[in-house]
Amino acid sequence: MMDNNQQNDYKLLKGNEVIALAAIRYGYDGFFGYPITPQSEVLETLAVEKPWETTGMVVLQAESEVASINMLYGAGCTGKLVFTSSSSPGIALMQEGISYMCGNELPGVIVSVGRGGPGLGTIQPGQADYNQAVYGGGNGDYNCIVLAPNSVQEMADCMGKAAQLTFKWRTPVIILSDGVIGQMMEKVILPPFTPRRTDAEIAAQCPWATNGIGLKSRHYNALSTLEFDPQVMEDRNRAMAEKYKRIQAEEADYELYRVDDDTDYLIVAYGISSRVSMKAVDILRENGIKVGMLRPKTLWPFPSKAISKLSEKIKSILCVEQSEGQMIHDVRLATEGQATVYHTGRSGGMISSPVDVVDAFKSMARETITKNWPKGYWIK
Amino acid sequence: MTEEIIISGFGGQGVLSMGKILAYAGIMEGKQVSWMPAYGPEQRGGTANVTVIISDDVVSSPIVSQYDTAIVLNQPSLEKFEPCIKPGGVIIYDGHSIIQPPKRDDIAAYRIDAMEEAARTGNSKVFNMLVLGGYLKVCPVASVEDVVRGLHKALPERHHKLIPMNEEAIRRGMEIIKKMN
Repeated sequence: MMDNNQQNDYKLLKGNEVIALAAIRYGYDGFFGYPITPQSEVLETLAVEKPWETTGMVVLQAESEVASINMLYGAGCTGKLVFTSSSSPGIALMQEGISYMCGNELPGVIVSVGRGGPGLGTIQPGQADYNQAVYGGGNGDYNCIVLAPNSVQEMADCMGKAAQLTFKWRTPVIILSDGVIGQMMEKVILPPFTPRRTDAEIAAQCPWATNGIGLKSRHYNALSTLEFDPQVMEDRNRAMAEKYKRIQAEEADYELYRVDDDTDYLIVAYGISSRVSMKAVDILRENGIKVGMLRPKTLWPFPSKAISKLSEKIKSILCVEQSEGQMIHDVRLATEGQATVYHTGRSGGMISSPVDVVDAFKSMARETITKNWPKGYWIK
Repeated sequence: MTEEIIISGFGGQGVLSMGKILAYAGIMEGKQVSWMPAYGPEQRGGTANVTVIISDDVVSSPIVSQYDTAIVLNQPSLEKFEPCIKPGGVIIYDGHSIIQPPKRDDIAAYRIDAMEEAARTGNSKVFNMLVLGGYLKVCPVASVEDVVRGLHKALPERHHKLIPMNEEAIRRGMEIIKKMN
């Protein structure tokens, strides 16, 4: 049993509530958003907390998601730390703004709490927005950094990490969550309060910002994505591509669960699917099957190198995601043909149970068992 | 120890808050917890359920298809979740709300007449705390003291005056629960 102080630090909160509380504590300057299930508690919690009376953080309910993302775009131009949050159809509406923010290399954090699609779909949890977040629906050569929390605590941590990465790389960061992580309650320790940056600090960190700070002693800043000279546009794209390469080299992050030298099979899963798969791995390990899990913590950049290295020695990979198969393409590319990749998952608001994953794993393994495997390897 | 519990009933019966108080009590015991509601167009009179997991270890999946204990507070919930209880598990039901009692003989069935008790004392709002008391008697995952400490954390200060009444209901629930098989 832990001591009393530690227990008192723990709070029991929903993932969505934690997004709002962590933003205030990490010194975010503003939030612009429009309510949508299953993430409405973000705006609700901000309304209850009234951070404009304490830290001075702006909270604004926009008239639509299109307005929200353009407010984020505008505030990003001034070097402020701002975020929006929405769910699948709302994030779809934001794609144009995200492309513009990437084109201008602006900071901004977008929280996406996924539900079942396409279209309005259902309000139940889903992970069918992998392609939307990782490959984007906006135009042009761009990428956003995509973080994938799998617990309520990580929802808080990701708000801090996103704040840091979005300024470090001058690119929007998407936190891709899902309706389960958003709606469930778990123990969480909230971060300590960090004051919002002063104007002088913003000027030092963002010399490109169009905020008028120090204008008398410098030329004016201008931000635009429009360029009539294609050569200039190509140069700009190439510079951005160089930046994206560096992000891929430096920021890919993942976690291994029960992977060791003897691992025969690998499960790859993120977000809620990784939690379900953890239990599936435990059940399979109890039955003597050597399986482990790799959980991407960043979806872009994708931890391709780690998957490539593991595929050298494993027999096959099961990609678990609550969609009809989106991340599986990145997993396949990462294996460079060294391992066969299978998919399991449900969609439209349904979520696999650990037993579903175990069953899918067994049919996959039956298909990949070679003649060298002992008879009766499968207990059931 | 890992205890996977489903609490299910009508919206307005206090299903979600009972789960939350139970989860808080688990935290007070130094355990790992998760609380996953069926969210959506739930409303007073509709159906509501929540999965609570209390464990010594990290909770892996907050979503499970089989439960150690089901607390069912209306007939549709009993029909939906009785088949999902692990063999050797527990079902707890309210005597007034359930017309067809559970049939399985490989699980332990407990009846608590919480609705009746709440009506008798003229305080229908402590219904869920009576049921929680009954559950804690059968499955002592947390002590009453931890639940009370959990209530202090879960409730806003202006409601703290109601805690003694809730504690009394929990203790009463422990007395009135009956084993049926």
